[in-house]
Amino acid sequence: MSSGALAKPQMRGLLARRLRIHMVGAFILSIGAGAYYKFAVGDQRKKAYADFYRNYDSMKDFEEMRKAGIFQSAK
Amino acid sequence: MLARAPWSLVLRSRGLRTRGVHSPGGTAQAEDKMPPYINCYALRSYPMPEDPCCTELSAEQQALKEKEKGSWAQLTKAEKVALYRLQYNETFAEMNRRSNEWKTVMGGVFFFVGVTGLIIWWKRVYVFPEKPITLTDQWKAQQLQRILDMKGNPVQGLAARWDYDKKEWKK
Repeated sequence: MSSGALAKPQMRGLLARRLRIHMVGAFILSIGAGAYYKFAVGDQRKKAYADFYRNYDSMKDFEEMRKAGIFQSAK
Repeated sequence: MLARAPWSLVLRSRGLRTRGVHSPGGTAQAEDKMPPYINCYALRSYPMPEDPCCTELSAEQQALKEKEKGSWAQLTKAEKVALYRLQYNETFAEMNRRSNEWKTVMGGVFFFVGVTGLIIWWKRVYVFPEKPITLTDQWKAQQLQRILDMKGNPVQGLAARWDYDKKEWKK
């Protein structure tokens, strides 16, 4: 019909090529998402808790709360 | 049996509709794989329709069909194109062409969201009752003060962002 007017399109291996591209992309994205979550969320949170509890005085905390008047059993 | 063309096909195919609108009794034989709407229109998901597009052939078209029964190498390029047009009423490029329908859809969506917003505004002015006491500003301030006194979420949450010495939010 249109011999020579257009280049012959890719006829074979279309699914294989698509799978290859998407498999690579899926691996990269999932590992990237996991790594990002570990560093940005997980390690950050562990650090925040460690910093909070390093110099934490629970009795002082309790006294502040008691003075603010929130307890019913310890006025 | 009349052709049941969908609205979008009727509106889109302006000139091509004049050629063939029949499904001449062929539907009874093609029951195992039902076409989307009609038997002579192709879709991207249904590329080989059951019935040819033009079934009333003129004399020269019939002669062409006879020639088609022989070897296809003897057909000229123009004849091959003519045979294609007899069989299918749109090429793949024509069938898959884009449209501007999305603009209409988005416009309609935004318009109705706007109408909904106006209706809700009217309701807020004329219909809704008074807020319950727990939603007044004074109650909410006392509630927040109590949460800060209890030191809720002191590591990463609410009380962590409150400066207890200066009695204000941390910068």
